[in-house]
Amino acid sequence: MDIPYTIKPRPDTGIYNAKVGIWLFLASEVMLFGGLFSAYVLLRVGASDGFWPHGWLNVKLGTLNTLILALSAITTLLAWAACKVGEFGKFKIFHACTLLLALSFLCVKMYEYHDKWIHYEIKLNDGTFADGHMVENDPAKDYLVIEGRIVKDESLLYDLRSQKNIPHDEIKIARADIKSKENYGPWHHTYLAIYFTLTGLHALHILGGSIVIGYLWGPGSRMYKRNPEQFTNRIEVSGLFWHFVDLVWIFLFPVLYLT
Amino acid sequence: METTVQQFPPFREGEAHPAHDDHGHGEPHEHHEPGFWSKYIFSTDHKIIGIQYGMTALFFMLFGFFLMILMRWQIAHPGQPVPLLGPLLEKILGQPAAGGAISPDLYNSFGAMHGTIMVFLGVVPLAFAAFGNYVVPLMIGAPDMCFPRVNMASYHAFFLGGVVMFVSFFIPGGAAQAGWTSYSPLATTIPTNGQAFWLVGMILLITSSLLGAVNFIATIIQLRAPGMTWMRLPWFVWTQFVTAFLLLLAFPPLEAAGLLQLMDNVAHTSFFLPTGLAIGGHLANISGGGSPLLWQHLFWFLGHPEVYVLILPGMGIVAEIIANNTRKPLWGYKSLVYAVLAVGFLSFIVWAHHMYMTGMGQKIATFFQATTMIISIPSVIILTCLFLSLWGGSIRINTPMLFALGWLPMFGIGGLTGLPLGLAAADLYLHDTYYVIAHFHYVVAPGTIFALFAGIYFWFPKMTGRKMNEFWGRVHFWCSLVFMNLVFMPMFAQGIKGMLRRMSDGGVNYSAARVPNAIDTLPGSVMELNHWIFAAAVALGIAQIPFIINLFWSIKHGEKVGDNPWHATTLDWQTATPPPHGNFAHEPRVVRGPYEYSMPGHAEDFTPQNEPDAPTAPKFSPAPAAH
Amino acid sequence: MSEAHSTDLKSYIRRCALVFLAVICTTSLMIAASFANIGGWPVKVAVILAVAVVNAFLVAGFLMHLLSEKKMVYTVLAFTVFFFAGLMGLTVWATGDFPVGTIFH
Repeated sequence: MDIPYTIKPRPDTGIYNAKVGIWLFLASEVMLFGGLFSAYVLLRVGASDGFWPHGWLNVKLGTLNTLILALSAITTLLAWAACKVGEFGKFKIFHACTLLLALSFLCVKMYEYHDKWIHYEIKLNDGTFADGHMVENDPAKDYLVIEGRIVKDESLLYDLRSQKNIPHDEIKIARADIKSKENYGPWHHTYLAIYFTLTGLHALHILGGSIVIGYLWGPGSRMYKRNPEQFTNRIEVSGLFWHFVDLVWIFLFPVLYLT
Repeated sequence: METTVQQFPPFREGEAHPAHDDHGHGEPHEHHEPGFWSKYIFSTDHKIIGIQYGMTALFFMLFGFFLMILMRWQIAHPGQPVPLLGPLLEKILGQPAAGGAISPDLYNSFGAMHGTIMVFLGVVPLAFAAFGNYVVPLMIGAPDMCFPRVNMASYHAFFLGGVVMFVSFFIPGGAAQAGWTSYSPLATTIPTNGQAFWLVGMILLITSSLLGAVNFIATIIQLRAPGMTWMRLPWFVWTQFVTAFLLLLAFPPLEAAGLLQLMDNVAHTSFFLPTGLAIGGHLANISGGGSPLLWQHLFWFLGHPEVYVLILPGMGIVAEIIANNTRKPLWGYKSLVYAVLAVGFLSFIVWAHHMYMTGMGQKIATFFQATTMIISIPSVIILTCLFLSLWGGSIRINTPMLFALGWLPMFGIGGLTGLPLGLAAADLYLHDTYYVIAHFHYVVAPGTIFALFAGIYFWFPKMTGRKMNEFWGRVHFWCSLVFMNLVFMPMFAQGIKGMLRRMSDGGVNYSAARVPNAIDTLPGSVMELNHWIFAAAVALGIAQIPFIINLFWSIKHGEKVGDNPWHATTLDWQTATPPPHGNFAHEPRVVRGPYEYSMPGHAEDFTPQNEPDAPTAPKFSPAPAAH
Repeated sequence: MSEAHSTDLKSYIRRCALVFLAVICTTSLMIAASFANIGGWPVKVAVILAVAVVNAFLVAGFLMHLLSEKKMVYTVLAFTVFFFAGLMGLTVWATGDFPVGTIFH
């Protein structure tokens, strides 16, 4: 039993089946990330004055990731173009680059997540706030060491953009002085919550896309010999997914890092 | 009826199409008989998958019905042990069913799960996935769905979601208790993991629906047989097409919201938890800054298109059965098509009529009220067209037709009673009362479920080659019709009298008997109705027994029939019974519209869509010779 | 069919390099707008989002071939964008529109 139009396009629509399928799926993904972006907008618009943070994310790393992903989108397209003109060797090179770039993206992201994980806001008993990265936290000792600063006004911890030359000193804090401490995980602030959720879901999509492209690059590339047209279609369809993931980042980066 | 189920479509589609042999595919390849698992459990054949969905959905519907019976007992006899089943409940569920009585928490979990199961595990899988999967490829003349393996994945995601939901009853703390709407902050602060199970289950079910929706839309666009233009599609296919779009575009925001609520539950985020939230008298240890309204918006953005998902496939089924049993074309086919497209489009911008009581301003409330009123227009157009389709018809009464005819006034009542709810001013009073429950149950229970029964009786002969027993079918219909109305009609009165939803004591603490000096208490007449409703619900349950027996008995012992026992025109009836692997021995070529019944000049009173025009047939047949 | 292939690929690579260059430009523009002194946050957000839309258009239009895609795809995406706009717009409007003059507002 053959399902028609798997490879050759249907005359009246002009598309083959998998392409229809992937665009429909991407439409649903637009609504998925759209729902999350709507949540972001609502939470931000509804936040009280001074509550929404600015400057909590490293713009340099974000820019690096943006360029990495944009480049991977290019190599993805070129991998498909190479298949289309029958240059299997070049296809392999281009998609190898795609996979390496994807891996780099995820590494940068993991570094960023780790950076938040070890960043603590410590409420002290005297009503001040210590804020910085945990340098030493030996449970046997009665103190911990952070690299950051101590502030009286908590709102100073939110708008980092408007402050110049934020001190980064090593500060030793006795455990007896600590009222509570919390690291910059999603539970710490709704901004971080939506940041981790948006970038986390996006990273899962990068991972999923990488697995699919990895499979097509590796064991799946056997199909090229048997049925190059259908294989090229698969590369195109997976490429469209990858471009969509890049598209999401194009909005994620400015919304989370730059505004 | 051995059909070989092919797991993976062969890759060689690019080669020239060889002449068709009887197998319907060009190249010889091995015909190894797939084992039980490949054939029935991990099948990629849309017909098997359709039946899988159907059986699973019917099981869940029965389970959901059973939860409702327990709830109605509690409402009629608050605090009293459930007869017969009480000890069993206590044994299975422990403390929440102490003494065999249903505690308030248990009642709440039954309520939440009854709604969730009926909507997401019962009606949607049956109406959309089961009937859609089985019938749509046949109706458009396709060999299968566009993506058979995705189809299989979609069923298994659904099945897993169902397992997660079912299992949640047995974990400590019990199943979800915050309503099928799972509003925050309640959904996050209830001390049970059942809410997390609910969210995980929902994510699986949504994934299943999304995969299914992609499949349906791609199939209808790409795999229509030659000659099957858009305006020659049976209207059932149009309704499934629009339903698929609703699922595709409206479900993802709920999936996003579900993820966010899951993070609230598990990772202690505050997406939906406001600053200053106090639980049990203490300030909650959360970051705050969240918005409970955000959940409501994201939920109802799906929630409203969801109700159209519930009704549209049923409308399609009713339309097919009416055309077939009036022996004439549907009245206003074009209107029906444009109306269903309009309903689908508008359904995305009406959702906040579920939120009139959240402190909305006048402007936004007016906007949503306007769109809600506007969407009633295409709905009424559809109902009117279906009613008018009866006019001048040669009406044939059989069980599917009875259910279809019964559907018409029932959906009429359900739809019309929705209008006061859509008007913001009236909704201020009626919101969260039993009036709402009566309204939506009328649309779904004697509405959609009647349409689904009709569909089961109608397509049963195509699946099995036998008809279901007609006498017991009629018993099933009349009893269900009477008892459905006896269950739900009184609820309108109760709601108008002020009885609120989700009260585990059935309203007794607000009754005139309990608080005689309070104003506007629930009168004894309203409380008395609870007893009648419970009795009617039990009778309704008993009325389903002949149906269940009929369904299974007829598979082996029903009256044997041919390939087209209803003399229908659509392509699903123009193939063998049950349809073979690949559905059609030769690719159908469609030459006419879907409802060519009683066409002048034809010997038969129906002309199948793919029956070629006889080139030398006379315009009018000569008068039969007198004997 | 294969003589023109390597040249096809080369011209493709050239076009892609141009798109990548454009992406670098738009990204720099967004970063500059974010740090520059052009007004309050609302203005900045508007400018940055506008540039992001241009950036998205580049990726979607050229890399995803949306500019040369068939009508069916366009139609699906147009409806999707409309519904997304509805979701975001109506939700934000609803949050901002509430009765005033009560004890809470």
